[in-house]
Amino acid sequence: GINPDLASERQTASFSVEKLTALLDGGAERTRIRRAVAEAIERDPVFSRENQYFQSQNERYEAAVRKAVHLQKKMHEMGWTQDGPEFKYIYRALSGDVAFLLHNVFVRSISVLGSDKQIAKWIPLATKYRLIGSYAQTELGHGTYLQGLETTAVFDINTQEFILNTPKISAMKWWPGDMGRSATHTVVFAQLYVLGKCYGVHPFIVQIRSLQDHSLCPGITAGDIGPKMNFEHTDNGYLMLQNVRVPRENMLNKFCEVQPDGTYVRQGSQKINYFTMTTVRISLIEDEVLIALLKACTIAIRYSVVRRQSKLKPGEEEAKILDYQTQQEKLLPQLATGYAFHFINSYLQGLLERGYTEIKRKNFDTLPELHAFSSGFKALVTQYSTSAVEICLRACGGHGYSLLSGLPSLYTRILASCIYEGENTILFLQTARFLIKCFMAASAGQPVPPSVTYLAALTPGKCPAKNKLDFLSPDTYTAAYQHAAARLVSSTAAKLQDLIQSGVKRHDAWNQCTVQLAQAAKAHCHYLTVKNFVETVEKLETQAGIQKIMKHLCDLFALHGIFSNTGIFLHDGYISGAQMDMVTASYLDLLAVIRKDAVPLVDAFDFTDKSLNSALGSYDGQVYQRLYEWAQKSPTNTQMSPAYERYLKPLLHNKLSKL
Amino acid sequence: EALVLNDPDFQHEDLNFLSRSQRYEQAIRKSSLMVMKLREYGIADPEEIYWFKSFVHRGRPEPLDLHLGMFLPTLLTQATPEQQDRFFMPAWNLEIIGTYAQTEMGHGTHLRGLETTATYDPATQEFILNSPTVTSIKWWPGGLGKTSNHAIVLAQLYTQGQCKGLHAFIVPIRQLGTHEPLPGITVGDIGPKFGYDEMDNGYLKMDNFRIPRENMLMKHAQVEPDGTYVKPLSDKLTYGTMVFIRSLIVGDSARSLSRACTIAIRYSAVRHQSELKPGEPEPQILDYQTQQYKLFPLLATAYAFHFVGAYIKDTYHRISGDINEGDLSELPELHALTAGLKAFTSWTANAGIEECRMACGGHGYSRCSGIPDIYVTFTPSCTYEGENTVMMLQTARFLVKSYTQVSSGQRVTGMVSYLNDLSRQRIQPQHVASRTATVRITDPVSLVDAYKARAARLVEAAAKNLQAELNHRKSKEDAWNRTSVDLVRASEAHCHYVVVKLFTAKLSEIGNAAVRAVLTDLCLLYALYGISKNTGDFLQAGILTDAQITQVTQCVKELLAIIRPNAVALVDSFDFHDVHLGSVLGRYDGNVYENMFEWAKKSPLNKTQVKELY
Repeated sequence: GINPDLASERQTASFSVEKLTALLDGGAERTRIRRAVAEAIERDPVFSRENQYFQSQNERYEAAVRKAVHLQKKMHEMGWTQDGPEFKYIYRALSGDVAFLLHNVFVRSISVLGSDKQIAKWIPLATKYRLIGSYAQTELGHGTYLQGLETTAVFDINTQEFILNTPKISAMKWWPGDMGRSATHTVVFAQLYVLGKCYGVHPFIVQIRSLQDHSLCPGITAGDIGPKMNFEHTDNGYLMLQNVRVPRENMLNKFCEVQPDGTYVRQGSQKINYFTMTTVRISLIEDEVLIALLKACTIAIRYSVVRRQSKLKPGEEEAKILDYQTQQEKLLPQLATGYAFHFINSYLQGLLERGYTEIKRKNFDTLPELHAFSSGFKALVTQYSTSAVEICLRACGGHGYSLLSGLPSLYTRILASCIYEGENTILFLQTARFLIKCFMAASAGQPVPPSVTYLAALTPGKCPAKNKLDFLSPDTYTAAYQHAAARLVSSTAAKLQDLIQSGVKRHDAWNQCTVQLAQAAKAHCHYLTVKNFVETVEKLETQAGIQKIMKHLCDLFALHGIFSNTGIFLHDGYISGAQMDMVTASYLDLLAVIRKDAVPLVDAFDFTDKSLNSALGSYDGQVYQRLYEWAQKSPTNTQMSPAYERYLKPLLHNKLSKL
Repeated sequence: EALVLNDPDFQHEDLNFLSRSQRYEQAIRKSSLMVMKLREYGIADPEEIYWFKSFVHRGRPEPLDLHLGMFLPTLLTQATPEQQDRFFMPAWNLEIIGTYAQTEMGHGTHLRGLETTATYDPATQEFILNSPTVTSIKWWPGGLGKTSNHAIVLAQLYTQGQCKGLHAFIVPIRQLGTHEPLPGITVGDIGPKFGYDEMDNGYLKMDNFRIPRENMLMKHAQVEPDGTYVKPLSDKLTYGTMVFIRSLIVGDSARSLSRACTIAIRYSAVRHQSELKPGEPEPQILDYQTQQYKLFPLLATAYAFHFVGAYIKDTYHRISGDINEGDLSELPELHALTAGLKAFTSWTANAGIEECRMACGGHGYSRCSGIPDIYVTFTPSCTYEGENTVMMLQTARFLVKSYTQVSSGQRVTGMVSYLNDLSRQRIQPQHVASRTATVRITDPVSLVDAYKARAARLVEAAAKNLQAELNHRKSKEDAWNRTSVDLVRASEAHCHYVVVKLFTAKLSEIGNAAVRAVLTDLCLLYALYGISKNTGDFLQAGILTDAQITQVTQCVKELLAIIRPNAVALVDSFDFHDVHLGSVLGRYDGNVYENMFEWAKKSPLNKTQVKELY
């Protein structure tokens, strides 16, 4: 049965949970498909994650490979295809716990960077799993900065081959997924040398393991990079190349080609490369980040109405911890952030689709903005979500620390997203570069994309709010965010100008302003997230109480941002000290309002118990019973430990000297 | 330290490659050896034992922690002489291994909520122990799962039909000789956790388990043979132990953050990336302002917490003498202060360790960096020995009490004496405005005043909000709950002030001029960075102007450049041995990449080349 503490929370919902779920999915039909996929996968024992928390790295890897292979069968059996509506829900249903994800990146990189001929040769082999691919870009000594890669590919005109080498230890490929044990082929990024001249980094298809017996090919040293904080199921690998020869045709040559005589030809636009990066950054927001955040909120909030501690009123029973203001203040802003990011994700998806349509028409005008968007939002969303998951973890006290809560693994997984696909600080600075450029252009009266026109419209006005209720008006707080972002961008631009005018070299001036530049980029993205939340809420239908509760969440998200960054808003007096006290008061009032709907709001995310895989977060709230049952299944209880006979017994019997 | 490092008995395979069961076995092996060696070398001083232990286990938890840290001390302070005869020496000789079973599955920091019962049966002169519900199962105690054969169990005492509250009982749980659980006892390991792999945190369920009357720890409270209950004298005494343990956590915050800083800063000097100047080789990432901005304030924080830890320990030792003579007057403030500082330092260090890991990019995520391990080992200290939010609210209770005293015309002393100034300010409304001009942002002493003003304002605001809620005729508890976010903020500001104050005070004690100079820079950075992260508080209270805030930001950036040349030396000064640091990225010799490759080759997934899966 359902724990009565959780059941009572559901009886008082102010809106229809089912309707909200449909809204989040983008329609009831999609909800139906998503549930059908989840059910098919969860019913299949091969995909079970039941013992995941007890498994070693080796066992996790084996399970992931088994699942990846079985998935092919399953998709065939169910009639799911790569282009079908079910496909996007498979990853969610598997909780990402599956091997060969880099195989897909391998396929995509060939599709984007390869010529028609190369596509015709490699893609069928890859889609039929005649080979397993990986993608080898990052090196031991080099990450986000691609030009610094040290692997070399020297063209040998006599044999019409490229000779690939790892000239020193820091040039070893390091981190690529699926490469440690599984992959037979990989795309290697290396500095191209033709007739003694370096042409920069290019991609090459390299076979690393035999297709007969899976042994390493000559000249190849490869292996697993060892234990990490998470991703135990993935064999992140290293790769060292010693005079490995590949035919001239293995350089992916849609854009650049080395001709038989050694002539280097560049063709077409490489800008499309940026588009690939942009796509990956936006897709990871949904697949890796958002889901983890919403799961963490679900677990922490459900647990917080089951857990009771201390008494709020003398003589009553111990209170649910979610009734404490401090607990609400930890969790409810994270819940609001989850919704805010869900909506910004939909917005980015739309932007991406429109951008792609333009690009197909050979119009690359939207690319810089799209690139700046994807960088900044990837950084903002991953950073805020990671910290939100950690807050959820710590808000569950001691039991959150148990792996059985599901929270540690959500946390260790999501935090990797702050680094891969571009380290966050660097990404914020890319967005900042775009903002400064647009600010300069706008100030000079030149046209800029609509999302940044506000930058040049900074006026020294004051916030008009008179009482705390005024801060529940979206116009009021959106204007405050806009003002803060515009001020930070313009003041940083001015500082940059000053330094350059005083004789500081451009790059030095840039480095001296990077702390503020990153802050300005963050403020810009935060503003757009608030603005988008407001616009989304306005468009919602008023039925079933959904718009009302979404408005509360939007207010909470906005006011939490002001409450946590008071200095930015107080700095030039836009918001006064007295007004800031009103913000705080409104913000704290909202916590109590949203508290009532907290459980229905996480129920609407519609995660199955199996996908949460948490002793604390299950739908029925039987927390303690489940924790006790799961602990008993731990190998530490089911297997004999030699520790007693070998060490403890001599210790207890005072025969230590025999050890 | 050398004693342990050079001892081949304490060597073992890299823990990162071992399963949980193997890590537990290694820890037990080392603990057993440790006890033997302590006897061999004749080490008996608690401080020396602590250091020896921390070198043997490299700062990691171990299954005997609770035996040494809780079981033995509790026997010393709460057992009668007769009980000490029966239990202390066998425990000292490790014939008895004990743990301390307080937390239950459904109950943590709020002790009065514990559900385990001990019912006195005068007919047999025994206590009958029971775990009446699932939520009452003892859960988490270290060493309980596999190692211990005894536990000190906290339970609600029932005698003559009445509940007398929580008391401690010595409960045998495993058969001496066979180590099998005794009838009526269900005991086991609670399963995998984020960290603490080597610790067998356990559960304990008791069904009508009987122990003799003499097994209740009766130095303070007693149950007589006929069931008559004799009350203890004072409960303030337990404050002493809590203060001591929290002071250890503050020290641990400093140490864990120092380790993470050492790794991140050394690695940042080895790692090169991108270009700062066109055409030049890739610079060390430590030359980037953003990287300095991530790491140097944390370095300053590590030093600050180090001094705070030392201060609390000294203060504790100083007033322990008074306590023994029955003078408890300073205890409430110290208790309140350490609660807040425990929370403040552990929260900050927890976030700081993650910053350090993040600053190491992808490699920080590998277990070879050592930072994941530091993090998972440290992070529970935000929860144990008092959940941090609850701790902050305890400090807040003391602050509000002091504020109320000041409002009613009394003077307060100690760290809260700044509240005395509040009443004076009300008489002179110009005071706030005139103070603005007087903050000199390059003078630590002046910055202490700024932090003091911020704390005073936030305490006052919280106290006033609390009063306003009370005026709405809410119950006291409701009003407190509805103000608790404000109250936590006030406590944080108070603790922040204390840290800045103690760091600043330390500067004048440093004799060596060069050391004093560099620590003054760190102290300034700590104080100014704190302001730049909380500009709103200083602006709103009118302590600093917009222009001064801009100067603060500028000054922080200048300090980063000043500290840069000394950064590696400043972490070298922490003097962590490579073995203790346990990090490939943070090696003293900086040979990072070669050793990452060597380390990876030892990974279990590389034991065979062609997988049977294939």
